[in-house]
Amino acid sequence: MDIVNKSQNKERSVVSRLWNNKDARSVIIQILTIALVFAVLSIILHNITVNLAAIGKDFSFDFLGHTAGYDITFSPFLDYTSSSTHFEAAIVGLLNTLLIAFCGIILATIIGFVFGIMRLSNNWLINKIAYCFVEFTRNVPVLLHILFIHGIVIQLPVPRQAVNFIDSFFLTNRGLFIPKPEWGPNSWIVGLCFIISIAIVFILRTWNKKQQEKTGVIYPIFWISICIMVLFTLGSFFLTGMPLTWSVPELRGFNFRGGVSVRPEFVALWLALSYYTASFIAEIVRSGILAVSRGQNEAAGALGLTKSRTLQLIVIPQAMRIIIPPLASQYLNLTKNSSLAIAIGYMDLVATIGGISLMQTGKEMETMIIVLLTYLVISLIISAFMNWYNRATALVER
Amino acid sequence: MNSRISAIIAGIGVASLLSFSVAAGTLDDVKKRGVVRCVVTTGLAGFAYPDKSGVWKGFDVDFCRATAAAVLGDANKIKAVTSTGKTRFTKLNAGEGDVLWRNTTITFSRDNGVPLRFHGVNYYDGQGFIVKKKLGVKSAKELNGASICIQTGTTTELNLADYFKTNGMKYEAVPIETNDEARQNYVAGRCDAYTTDASGLAATRSTLTDPKNHIILPEIISKEPLGPATRHGDDQWSDIVTWVLNATITAEELGVTSKNVDQMKSSKNLEILRLLGVNELSGRKKLGLSKDWAYNIIKSVGNYGEIFERNVGVNTPLALKRGLNQLWNKGGLQYSPPFR
Amino acid sequence: MNDKDGQNKMNNIDHQSLTPPRSEIGLLGWLRKNLFSSLSNTILTVAAIGFLLWLLPPLFEWAILDSIWMADSRKECWAKMEVPEGAACWAFIKDRLGLFVYGFYPMDQRWRVDLSFILLICAIFCVLYEKLPGRKFGLMFAIAFPFITGWLLIGGFGLELIETDKFGGIMLTLIIGVTGISFSLPIGIILALGRRSNMPVLKSLCVMFIEFIRGVPLIALLFIASTMLNFFLPPGTQFDLLMRVLIMVTLFSAAYIAEVVRGGLQGIPTGQYEAADALGLTYFKAHWLIILPQALKISIPGIVNTFIGLYKDTTLVIIIGLLDPLGIGRASLSDAVWAGLAKEVYLFVAIFFFVCCFAMSRYSLWLEKRLSTEN
Repeated sequence: MDIVNKSQNKERSVVSRLWNNKDARSVIIQILTIALVFAVLSIILHNITVNLAAIGKDFSFDFLGHTAGYDITFSPFLDYTSSSTHFEAAIVGLLNTLLIAFCGIILATIIGFVFGIMRLSNNWLINKIAYCFVEFTRNVPVLLHILFIHGIVIQLPVPRQAVNFIDSFFLTNRGLFIPKPEWGPNSWIVGLCFIISIAIVFILRTWNKKQQEKTGVIYPIFWISICIMVLFTLGSFFLTGMPLTWSVPELRGFNFRGGVSVRPEFVALWLALSYYTASFIAEIVRSGILAVSRGQNEAAGALGLTKSRTLQLIVIPQAMRIIIPPLASQYLNLTKNSSLAIAIGYMDLVATIGGISLMQTGKEMETMIIVLLTYLVISLIISAFMNWYNRATALVER
Repeated sequence: MNSRISAIIAGIGVASLLSFSVAAGTLDDVKKRGVVRCVVTTGLAGFAYPDKSGVWKGFDVDFCRATAAAVLGDANKIKAVTSTGKTRFTKLNAGEGDVLWRNTTITFSRDNGVPLRFHGVNYYDGQGFIVKKKLGVKSAKELNGASICIQTGTTTELNLADYFKTNGMKYEAVPIETNDEARQNYVAGRCDAYTTDASGLAATRSTLTDPKNHIILPEIISKEPLGPATRHGDDQWSDIVTWVLNATITAEELGVTSKNVDQMKSSKNLEILRLLGVNELSGRKKLGLSKDWAYNIIKSVGNYGEIFERNVGVNTPLALKRGLNQLWNKGGLQYSPPFR
Repeated sequence: MNDKDGQNKMNNIDHQSLTPPRSEIGLLGWLRKNLFSSLSNTILTVAAIGFLLWLLPPLFEWAILDSIWMADSRKECWAKMEVPEGAACWAFIKDRLGLFVYGFYPMDQRWRVDLSFILLICAIFCVLYEKLPGRKFGLMFAIAFPFITGWLLIGGFGLELIETDKFGGIMLTLIIGVTGISFSLPIGIILALGRRSNMPVLKSLCVMFIEFIRGVPLIALLFIASTMLNFFLPPGTQFDLLMRVLIMVTLFSAAYIAEVVRGGLQGIPTGQYEAADALGLTYFKAHWLIILPQALKISIPGIVNTFIGLYKDTTLVIIIGLLDPLGIGRASLSDAVWAGLAKEVYLFVAIFFFVCCFAMSRYSLWLEKRLSTEN
C-alpha cells in the first residue's frame, strides 16, 4: 500500500512539475490539440465514407469531363454550348463571378467616393442627402437590395415597347441593348497609335516632373496629355479611313439581335452590389480624409499651394494610406456577396457548378469543394495583393 | 508520463476508428418517429401546395399520405419537407426525407448517377411550353430567338437544350429556382415562354389571374415519367413505396374505392381479398406492414383514380385529362403487377 | 488670462457691442453659410432641392397619403385607388402581419413568442443599461436568456413541443441573430487569443479556421449546412436544420469577431502584459483581469458592426429554404390573391431591418464617442 501511494505521489509530482513548466506545458497542450483535431477529422472522414457507401455514391471528379447538357446564355468570354463539359461550365461561372466583381468594384468605388466627398461637403443639404443614402443603404440586407432592383428591372417594358433612344439604344426587361463597335481591316493602326500616344504622355509627365523639381515651373500637363491622346487617336482614325462600323440592335422576332446586350440579371446584381458596397466605401473615404490632420492642410496653404493641388498632393496620398486596407476588405465582401446571384438567376460560380451541375450530377461534395476552394483562392489573392500594397506604401519613419 | 500521453492519443485514435453501428432501416426510423417525411415541391398547384392553414395538399401529397397510411395506419402522420428542383436529391440522400414524392422524372443518370431508387410511375408527363396568346405563336417551332424561363436542376433544361439544338434554333435561357419565381418572371414578360412538364404548365396556368390569355403549345418535347424515389441501400423501404403505388392502381382496376372498401372485404374476388388483407399475402410480414395496410390506404386516401380526379382531374382548376394516366385496360399506361 | 484682460478693457471703455450683421446670424445667416456660400454651392443646393422635390412628394403620396389599409385582395386594393397601382397597398402587409412576425408558429402557442420578445427586451436592457441596480443578476439573466427562450420556443419539460420548421418571420431573424451574437462572441475571443498564442500548432489552427471562414461566402457555408452536414455525422443521426444553420452562422461571425478582437489585443501596450507578468499572474488570470477588459473595450464598436453584419446576413437563410421576413414576403407574393405587391413587401422588410440595424449602429457610435472621451 505504502509503496503504491509513494509511487503515485511521485508520479503526481512529475505531472505537476511538467504542468508548471511552461515549455513542457505548451508541448503537451499542442500534442493534445493535434490529437484532437486528427481524431475529429478521422471521425468525419470515416462517417463520410460510411454514409456515401450506404447510398452507393462514390467520390470522384470525373464528372468534370462529362457533357453538361444545359445552356448558359450569359457567357460573354467563352463559347459555351450545351455540349460543353461541366468543367467549362465551371469556368464560365468563374468568369461571370469575376466579371461582376470587377464591374462592381469599379462602380462601387466611384459611387463610394462621390458620396464620401458629399458627406464632407459644406453644403448642408448635399451632406444630409448623402448621409440618408449611406445610412439607409448599409442598414438593409444586400439580398433585399438585389431582389428589389431585380424586381424593378423586370418591370421595365417588354422588347416590343422598348424605351428607345435615337434608335440605337434600347432599354427593355430583357436587358439594355447598345450598338457594338465592329472594327475594320486597318483598325490595328488606330490601336497602335493610341498606345503610342499613351507612351508619349508618360514620357512627357516624367520630363515635366524633373523640370518642376529643377525650376519649379508647372505646365498644364493634364490638358496637354489629353490633347496628345485625342489628336493621335482621332488623327489615325481618320487617316486610315474610319475603319469602324456599328452593329445596331434591331428588334427581330422575340428579341433584339445585334449590338451588345446587358442582361437584366447582370444589371440588377451589378447596381445593387455596387451601391450597397458604396455605402460602406463612402464612410471609409470620409473617415480617411478626416483623419488627415488639419495641420497638413494649413501647412500646404502656408506653402502657397492651391486648394486643388493641396487635395491632390497632400490630402489624398495620406488619406489613401488609411483608406486602402478597409477598402480592400470591402472589395472582398463584394466578391463574396456576388454569390447571391443565385437568388435572381445570374449564372455565376455558385449557380453553375455549385447549382445546376451539382444537381444534374448529384456530386454535392465535389462541387462544393470546387466552389469553396475557388473563393478561397480569390480571397487569398486579394489579401496578398493588399499586404503587398500595405508594405509598399507604409509610412517609412526616420 | 510519455506512456500516459501516448495512451491518451492511442485511445482517441481507437475511438475515431471505431465503426459506428449501422443505422436501423428507414421503416424502423419512421415507426419510431411516428411520421413519414416526404420531400415535396415548394409549391405547385394541384400536386403539392400548402393550403391557407399550412396543411399540405395535392396529388403527390396524397401519395405521401398513402405511404403513411400503409406504414403507420394514419394518413395524417406526414411531414412535408419542401425542396427546390436543385435540393431535392441532396435532401433525400442526406436523410432529411424518407421518400421523394415530387413530380420527379425517372432517368438513367438519376437512377444510377445521383443515385436513387425509383418505384414506378405515378404520373406520365411530357414537357411543353406556355406562351401569352397575344404573341401569336402557334407552335414551339416558332420560338426561335425567344427568351425561355426554366426551372433549374430539372430534366427540362436538358430537354430544352436538346430540342433547340436539334431544330437548329436559338434561345435565351432564363434559369430560375422555383416554380413561383418562374411564373412571376413569365408574367412580367421577362421571358416569352415558360417550359416545364405539361402538368406543371396546367398548374401554373390555373394560378394566373388571366388563364384565358395564355396557351399551352401543342408540342410535347420529351417523355417525363414522374415517380417516387428513395435512397439506395434499403430494400425493405423501397419495396414498401413500390407497393403503395401499386396498391392504389390495383384498387382502381378492381373497382375498390374509399367508399366501397368495407363492402369489398366480403367480395368474392380473391385478389381483392388479398389486397385488403382478408387473405394473407406471403412476404407481407417480411415487408414489416400490418395486415390491413392496403385497406388503410384505400380507406383514407382512395385509389389512383380518386386521387387523380380529386387533385388534378377535369373538375379541378387544373382540368387535366387522364390521357396516358388512364388504366392499361382503358387505353392508358397505368399498370400494376398483380397482388398474388 | 490675456483674453480676460482684453474683455475687461473693452468693458471699461463701455463700448456698446454691436450685433453681428443680419446676414450672418439667424436663419438667413445659416442659409447663407450652409447652402449659398458660393456659386457652385448654390448650384448644388438648387439641384439637391430639385432632386428632393422630384423624389419626396410622390413617395409620400404613394406610401402614406393615397395608401390603402383596408382590402381583402390586390384587386380590391387597386379598385379603391384613383390610379390602379398608384399607391401602396398596406392592407396586404396587415393581412400577413401574423405570418411576418410569428412564421407558422401555432396560433394558440404564440404567447410563448410574445413572452420571448419581452424577455429579449429585458435582457438587452440589462446588458446596455449600466446603472441598473443589481446589474450582476441582470447580466446573469442575459447569459441565461438564450437557453430560457430556447426552451420557451421549442418546448419540452411541460410545454408543447413545436417543431423548428414552424419558425419563421421576424421571430426567426431574432433567433438567428441573438444566438449568433451571444455564442459568437466567446468563440471569437478564444479564436483571437489562439491566433496570438505562442504555440505554433494552436496559432496555425486558428489562423486556418479564421481565414477559411472569412474567405468563403456565407451562402456556400449555409448550403453545406443544409445538405452535406448530415454526411459528416454518424449514419442515422438526425440534426435539426435550424440548429445546423445556427452553428454555421455562429462560426461564421466568430471568425469576424476574432479579427476585431485581435485588433483590440494588438492595441494593448506591451507594458500591460509585462506588468501582469510581474505581478505573477497566470496566463488566464492576466487575460481575464487585465488584458481582455481593455481589449474588448477598444473593440466594442467593431464587434457591434460585426453583429449588424450578422443580423443582416440572416436574410440569406431563404436560399436554403428557411422563411425569414423576406422569405415570408416572397412566399406571400406567390399567392395569386395578393401577387404583384412586391414594392410593399420589400419596403416593409427594409424598414424592419433598417430600424434594428440603425439602432445598433447609433449605439456603437455613442459608445465610441463615450470611450474616446473617457481616455
